[in-house]
Formats: sequence, structure tokens, C-alpha cells
Amino acid sequence: MFTAEAKEQLDNIIKKYPTKKAALLPALWLAQEQYGGWLPADAMREVAGYLELPPAEVEGVATFYTMYNKEPIGKHHIEVCHNIACMVRGSDDIIDYIGAKLGIEKGATTADGKFTLNGAECLGACANAPCMMIKDKYYEDLTPAKVDAIIDDLKK
Amino acid sequence: MSEQPQILFKYRNVENYSNIDVYSQHEGYTAAKKALSMEQDAIIEEIRISGLRGRGGAGFPTFIKWNGIPKNWDSPHYLVINADEGEPGTAKDRELMNKMPHMLVEGCIIASWAIRAHSCYIYVRGEYVEPINALRKAVAEAYAKGYLGKGIFGTSFDLDIVVHSGAGSYECGEESALMSSLMGERGMPRHKPPSAPLPVISGVWNSPTIINNVETIATAVPIINMGGAEYAKFGSGRSLGTKLFTVSGHVNKPANYEFILGTPIREILETAGGPLNGKPLKFFIPGGSSTPMFPATDKFLDLPLDYETMMANGSMLGSGGLMFFNEDVSVPALMTRLMHFYAHESCGKCTPCREGTSWLTKIHDRIMAGGGRHEDLDILLDICNNIGGRSFCALGDAAAMPIQGALKHFRHEYEALIPSQSLSKRIFAPLPLATAAH
Repeated sequence: MFTAEAKEQLDNIIKKYPTKKAALLPALWLAQEQYGGWLPADAMREVAGYLELPPAEVEGVATFYTMYNKEPIGKHHIEVCHNIACMVRGSDDIIDYIGAKLGIEKGATTADGKFTLNGAECLGACANAPCMMIKDKYYEDLTPAKVDAIIDDLKK
Repeated sequence: MSEQPQILFKYRNVENYSNIDVYSQHEGYTAAKKALSMEQDAIIEEIRISGLRGRGGAGFPTFIKWNGIPKNWDSPHYLVINADEGEPGTAKDRELMNKMPHMLVEGCIIASWAIRAHSCYIYVRGEYVEPINALRKAVAEAYAKGYLGKGIFGTSFDLDIVVHSGAGSYECGEESALMSSLMGERGMPRHKPPSAPLPVISGVWNSPTIINNVETIATAVPIINMGGAEYAKFGSGRSLGTKLFTVSGHVNKPANYEFILGTPIREILETAGGPLNGKPLKFFIPGGSSTPMFPATDKFLDLPLDYETMMANGSMLGSGGLMFFNEDVSVPALMTRLMHFYAHESCGKCTPCREGTSWLTKIHDRIMAGGGRHEDLDILLDICNNIGGRSFCALGDAAAMPIQGALKHFRHEYEALIPSQSLSKRIFAPLPLATAAH
């Protein structure tokens, strides 16, 4: 459920656009935050109700975009860019290294629910390849040693 | 090497340049103030003289877009900034927004005033949380100073800027898909002229809309400051001024650089530290992953990097994502990775792109797994020919063009992966050619 504060935030967002529907992407971002990092059916229904849109339309939009998670994910979502600029600077090795370190395959979440590991399409940090994104933050020019430091820090 | 003027990157290394006071101490907002004292036509004329063309990929002359909004148009119309930088190999807008967000805000003020738009939306790709935060902070600072909002800079002109976050979709970098996305829909492209109106007639919310790339709009700031004629002194022909390039891949100093349009590729390579660890280069991609590659031979490295030369040689300047690859890189392996990307990002609206990108991927996978067939390379080219120009937007073309480039220059690498006995696996024998002439 949206908190009163989130609803107020959403009302302010709606005011910035000529139509209520245009607030759909920001509303889904807010919902994802409110529902613990993913969008269960309830979240989509709530957004649909708030923006007066058919639930099917909201689901259609939510499932179109990769950054809206359709299932629960780990607390730290690790997304390693595997597109070509990163690939030739060793991103596949980085993915394997993180996988081995966390004991999971690409696409999986650790048993304690702390980490999810995924490949990502070009993150737009090509001059600092290989790179990855964990939640909101970019980590660039990755090496196994850097990865160690980042993940060990998040494990704490 | 020639001296490279730093126009956009002039204050790149100034500490806290993203802060409004620091920005203001470095010529910040002088162009916006100057523009607000100029007539609409005079601003657009400066942009015309400057020769500024779209920096996002298509290279469309900016002044023509701006001129498209009817003068003194009272009904709502919009300025939309395409900050959905997703073209693999391109990371320039990210640095621009992170380090110099006020330059983009100032550019938005100039452009909005020139077209008399009171609402501007900056659509930033969802992954760019840091740039989004930098921009939101900059916009808030500008509101607090009265540079945005009601009666900006003490004039009677109102302007609001909204920073809008995407949610992970390469397709949304295509302008009509971006507009759909901004309106709260799936990011799918619209019909193009002549069967549908241009965005400047009917864009977002069926209103006239100008949509420009981040770098294009930011460049309006130095153009107004220095004058279009001064800016046009750099470059030549129809490729005037400077441009940001992201140099990545196998070079010693990958980074974003600003170069005069038409700078020889070799000079850019040298500035970027030359080939990584001195290992010989095999090929390079001039303008982001969608643009066809060139072998790293003298002939191609000596080409000036500008719109016309790239086009004349069968590629494109694109978004300025210059990627170098050394001899360790297998062209088919790289293309396989790229095809997975395009198949993943195809929005699914148009059959040639949705099916075609998927077939290109499957055939690449089969070749890489050792199961390639003799006829596969011709099938690849046939699919490419059937995608090109047959969808609403250019995503399919963007998948096809790199394959065409790869097969043009590195067909032998593909052939080497196809087992020789695959000839016997052919299901259909070629039909005998007509011999009536004999």
C-alpha cells in the first residue's frame, strides 16, 4: 500500500503532466519503492486505481520496461553490463567472478536474499568498461579486486 | 596533432561545476540572459549560421526543427530532451549531465524561449540515476534563483522543466517511442511521415513538439555566447563545430573527448592513448554499435570523422561512440553479442524487426556453436535486406547495418567457423539456371 507521504508525492508528480496517464512511469517507480523493490499485482492494481487506468494497461506498460521487476529480487541487485564495449574489456570474466564469489548463476538470487546477479545491456559507461550497476549506483573500471571490495562492503 | 578547442568541455574539470554558483562564475547563464533579450528569429538564425546538426545520431539540422513551430503559437507545445542515451558505445551525455547539468538546463531555456514553449521534459534513461539526481538538483537550484518558473530572469516568460525517468528500454531513445513513453505508454514507435505528421506538427499529447538530444541542446549555450559564425569556423562543409566522442574498447585512455568534426580518426586514436598495450587493432566502429564497422587499416584510420565522410564510406557518424577492437576480438562473436542485444530490445511492434532480429540472433548462435550452414551468410544478408526500411523505426536497421558491415569486411571470419561438410547438409538443392540461351 502507498503511504500517505507517497500519495502526496504522486499527486505532485501528476501535476507536472498534462494528463494523468503520463504519470504512469513515475508512479510505477514509486510503487516499486513502496513494495520492496518489485511490482506485485497489487502494486499495479493500486497504481491503476490511482491513475484511473485499466489494470491491463498498467501491466502492459510495467512488463514492457526491464527496470520494473516482476518478481522479488535480492536486496542488492547487481547488473553487470555485457554489451560489446564491456565484453571486450572483460565483463564476462567479471560476471563469472561475481557468480563464483556469491555461489550463484547469472539470473539467480543468493539463498539469504541479499544479492541478485544479472547481465545488463549497455549501461552507457563505455569509456569506463567493464562496469556494473548495483541498485542506483554505477561501479566502473572493474577488476576482481575492486569487485571484492564492493561486494564485501555490501555484505556487511 | 592539431589544437582541439574545448567548447562544451571548457570547464569540464572545474570542481563543483554542477553547482549553480560555480557554474555562474564560469560564464554560466550568460547565454540564457542574452537569448532572452533576442528575438525568436534571431536565435534560430544564430543556430542556422552555426551549422548545428543533431548530435544524437541522425544529424538533422537543428534550426529546421526549431523553425517548425509556428511563430506566436499560443496552444500548448513542448520541448523534449532525449537523454535516453542507450546506443552501445556512447556515454557522452552521461558525463555532460553529471558534470555540467546547468549547461543542459541553460540550453533548455534558450531553446524553449526560441520556440516559446513553456514546458520542457528531459527524458533520461532509467539506469542514469546519478545524472537524474544531478539534473533534478540543478533544476531545483535554477527554480530557487528564478531562472525557471514564473517570469524567468525577471521577464514575463514562464518555463517549467520536468526531469522524467525512463525504465530500461533502448527503444525509447527513438524519438517517437520516447514520446509514447513520456505519455505513459509502452515505448513503441509511431508512424513516420509521409503517412503521419512530424513531431513538430503533432508530437507529445498531439501538440507541436521539438525533440533534441542532450548534446545538441547543450551546444546551443556556447553558440549563443560566441555567436553562430564563430562556432562555424570549426569544421568544414556541412559538418561544423565540435562534437563529443566516447572512445572505448581497446585503447589506453578510453574516455569522452571533444573534437572538431572532421578530425582524422587516427588523431582521435592517438589522443585516446593509442591501441591498448600496443596490440594491433583489427577494426573499429565509428558511431555507436548500429553503425557499420571499418577495418583498422590506414585507409580508414585516415578518414576525417564527420557526417559526410562516414556516410560516403558506408557508415555513419551516429552518436559519436567510437569503439576500437584489437586482433583478439572475433568479429562473429562480437556480432553475436550485439544481435542478442537488438533482439532483446526490439519492441515487437513491427514484424520485420521483431522476427528479423530474432533470426539474426539464432543464426549467429548456430554459427558460433559450430552448426553453421553454408547458406547461412546469404540468409543473414537476405534477412538484413528484408529488415532495412521496413519498420516504423530504425531499430531493425540498426541491427542489420552492423551485420552488413561485418560481412563486407570480415566474411572470411564467418566462413572459417562454418564446417566445410555443411555443404552436404543443404536441404534444398539450388535450382538449375535456365540454359535457353544455348
